[in-house]
Amino acid sequence: MNTTALPAPASRVTLRVHWTDRLAHVALAVVALVLLAFLAAPLLAILIKSVQDGDGRWIGLKNFIDYARTPALLQSLWNSLWVSALVTLITVPLAFGFAYALTRSRMGFKKLLRGITLIPLLAPSLLSAISLIYWFGNQGVLKAWMQATGIEQIYGAPGIVLAEVFALFPHALMILVTALTTADARLYEAADAMGTSAARKFWTITLPGAKYGLISAALVTFTLVITDFGIPKVIGGNFNVLATDVFKLVIGQQDFQKGAVVALLLLAPAVLTFSVDHLVQRKQTAMLSARAVPYRPKRAPVFDALMQAYCVLIALLMLAMLGMAIFASFAKFWPYDLSFSWQHYQTGLVEGEVATGFVNSLLMAAGTAVFGTALVFVGAYLLEKTHGGGPLRGGVRMLSMLPMAVPGLVLGLGYIFFFNEPGNPLNGLYHTLTLMTVCSIVHFYTTGHLTAVTALKSLDAEFESVSASLKVPFYKTFWRVTLPICTPALVDIARYFFVNAMTTISAVVFLYSPETKVASIAILNLDEAGDTGAAAAMALLIAAASTVATLLFMGLSWLVERRTQQWKA
Amino acid sequence: MSSAYLKLAGIRKDFGSFTALRDIHLDIAKGEFVCFLGPSGCGKTTLLRIIAGLEPQTAGRIELAGRDISVLPPAQRDYGIVFQSYALFPNLTVADNVAYGLVNRKMPRAEARARVDELLTLVGLPGSQGKYPAQLSGGQQQRIALARALATKPGLLLLDEPLSALDAIVRVHLRQEIRALQRQLGVTTIMVTHDQEEALAVADRIVVMNHGVIEHVGTPMEVYRDPGTPFVADFVGRINVLPARLVNGHQVVFADTPFHCPHEGAAGSEVKVYLRPEDVLARPIAPGDSNVFEAQIEKIEFLGSYCLVQVRSDALGEHRLSVYLSLNFLSEQQLEVGARLPLRLLPERMRIFG
Repeated sequence: MNTTALPAPASRVTLRVHWTDRLAHVALAVVALVLLAFLAAPLLAILIKSVQDGDGRWIGLKNFIDYARTPALLQSLWNSLWVSALVTLITVPLAFGFAYALTRSRMGFKKLLRGITLIPLLAPSLLSAISLIYWFGNQGVLKAWMQATGIEQIYGAPGIVLAEVFALFPHALMILVTALTTADARLYEAADAMGTSAARKFWTITLPGAKYGLISAALVTFTLVITDFGIPKVIGGNFNVLATDVFKLVIGQQDFQKGAVVALLLLAPAVLTFSVDHLVQRKQTAMLSARAVPYRPKRAPVFDALMQAYCVLIALLMLAMLGMAIFASFAKFWPYDLSFSWQHYQTGLVEGEVATGFVNSLLMAAGTAVFGTALVFVGAYLLEKTHGGGPLRGGVRMLSMLPMAVPGLVLGLGYIFFFNEPGNPLNGLYHTLTLMTVCSIVHFYTTGHLTAVTALKSLDAEFESVSASLKVPFYKTFWRVTLPICTPALVDIARYFFVNAMTTISAVVFLYSPETKVASIAILNLDEAGDTGAAAAMALLIAAASTVATLLFMGLSWLVERRTQQWKA
Repeated sequence: MSSAYLKLAGIRKDFGSFTALRDIHLDIAKGEFVCFLGPSGCGKTTLLRIIAGLEPQTAGRIELAGRDISVLPPAQRDYGIVFQSYALFPNLTVADNVAYGLVNRKMPRAEARARVDELLTLVGLPGSQGKYPAQLSGGQQQRIALARALATKPGLLLLDEPLSALDAIVRVHLRQEIRALQRQLGVTTIMVTHDQEEALAVADRIVVMNHGVIEHVGTPMEVYRDPGTPFVADFVGRINVLPARLVNGHQVVFADTPFHCPHEGAAGSEVKVYLRPEDVLARPIAPGDSNVFEAQIEKIEFLGSYCLVQVRSDALGEHRLSVYLSLNFLSEQQLEVGARLPLRLLPERMRIFG
């Protein structure tokens, strides 16, 4: 070949794309399509609905103006805001204390205490509300104590706040434990060398180090409270909040337009807080150096004992919450006949249709775990380890982060608007378990995505380059190397999907039909019908199923871990 | 027909408004061992990645073995690559790692196994087939990575700082082995490094880069003895930089003492003279030698068998000069800080830059 005859490329050089890379682009496009159809389009449907009248005519901001002129609805907005703020103010310091004890003291039983605090994650959030009713409700055992403190009744704001604190505690704790674990021991050694007091070390090293974790925990707590539906539904009484308003407007009054407006109001703080959180997280990673030395707490008898006492107290409160639900679920006729009986379980399973609901729940949870994990991992892999694809890449990246900011209730509402449209070719999915599964996958997508991204980022960035130089197509390396190494993360993601799909209410409350009713919804209906005992019994069954599933997944991770041990040296 | 095996013509790389590489022209002959040397951020790794097709160049042409590969994806080029991080697949055995590219080429199993055995012997790790990468030391892992890169008999071997993650002793050892292996196989090799000693020790030619341009291309001896630019003189090895004024065709003046130094610059121009510490001699100095001046020792840095001695002299004005003196010489002459001694500058070793 005569080299001088080759024309020098005049404009910007673009590498020819190998056909295997095209394959990656096609796969990425499929992920993008799924996220567009099941996330972006439903959200867009809400946006459109909010500026239309009942007949689908454009009316601008009239729905919003009407909303602002309805005092009852404005009251809900205010209620939502102050309740969420109050829960945040209580939960974050409580969780910080617990996280501090776990990471900075030498108290005993850390694993056990930590495990107990995870209980609220295993059941639908309304379990704590049901339990509170038994403790402090009209026939509650400690009603008198409560009234002695000046609170007339648990139904309403006090109940919501207390129940939410319990439900959100593990969420805040997880974030704060992570923030406090990443401390660099060398900073404390340097401070000790300069003779710094313990208080000063706390204010100048510990707190600034955990600053981003605190912000994150506060934002997550606030958002989860303001968007939670189960607890205010069960214990809210006449105290209205945004989440219950959406439900009433859409299901009760069939006022889709105003429902859309409230949904957007719910979406706004969530989008805001998660954008802030996203920025904060980015700073956090930049702050941590790879050479940090992990902190090991020293023995300090008085401090350790105090911390132990505090954590035991919190754990006991958690157990009291769970214990009361268990007790009440077996009590024959609360509060008059407390003898043991299976009656509530019977009622719940048979009359409450929880038995079929349970099967549906398990199917949905399994589907969410299997297909969700596959989708999330493939999506994350394509984003992290393949190249090209132009704007598609940025689009998928953004859509993968978006679900974090979308409350389940809003997503569900979007699904009604979008899939219930007669002209939609996907209309056939409406009311099916398939759609509910997809909705759960999308709802919990981001956490799985972030787990997968973290696992993928920890792999050597040059695996793909080496494969390309050896002329091995990317999918072979994906199968032979990436997937096996990431199996522990996959099990984690699957467990997260499963447990959340088991316990979720908000995302599917708009989507079920009599045939596809899931257990968590059946519980809500039982409670609404006044059968609190059966509701408690069924919520405990879900908690039990989640626990068993968690244990199974833990066993699976252990097996995987053992198999991979041989090459970890 | 171009005689170069790898030919880079007009390579340019922009990252947004930042130009990482500009107008890179380079020919590399078949079987040559070339080092890209430069400080971090000089563009040497980017250039390697462009040759590998892992990064598209903004403009420019690349030819490998007479074939235009400018726009080809990595899989359609012909090279093996070794990274600083080894990038061995942790879940595969050593044998599977080395055979990774062979299996894909539908090589019969027995043949692939024989090739793996051969390569492991070649890199000095026979019998490690069944081990996992994590069971090997860093140096051993890098040998496996080398074997994997060579397995498919590529025409070009690319090494991206392959020794930087290793201990000093392993590093020196492995670089000699890589050099010997490269000679034995005759594979054209490019190694990126920021370690000048490494480059001087193994390369046939060194490409010194800075700020996205090639400063100098030459053999290690040329780069060291006859640096093309002040940057190269400064970056490769230790060097004294002395401001001076040119007098006539064969003299320069530091402070006010003239020294003999043939040059082609215009008399009266202000220049900088570059002189390596070993080119300032303490002996032998015979009576009547030119360029001899008296110096006083200010500081002695003990480096083992020799010392880096900083001296001052009226002949040099306020500028200090660093000189290598052997430990034996210093103790023989009982030289300590404050002692005076005569030194001689080698005129032919002085490099003048404007």
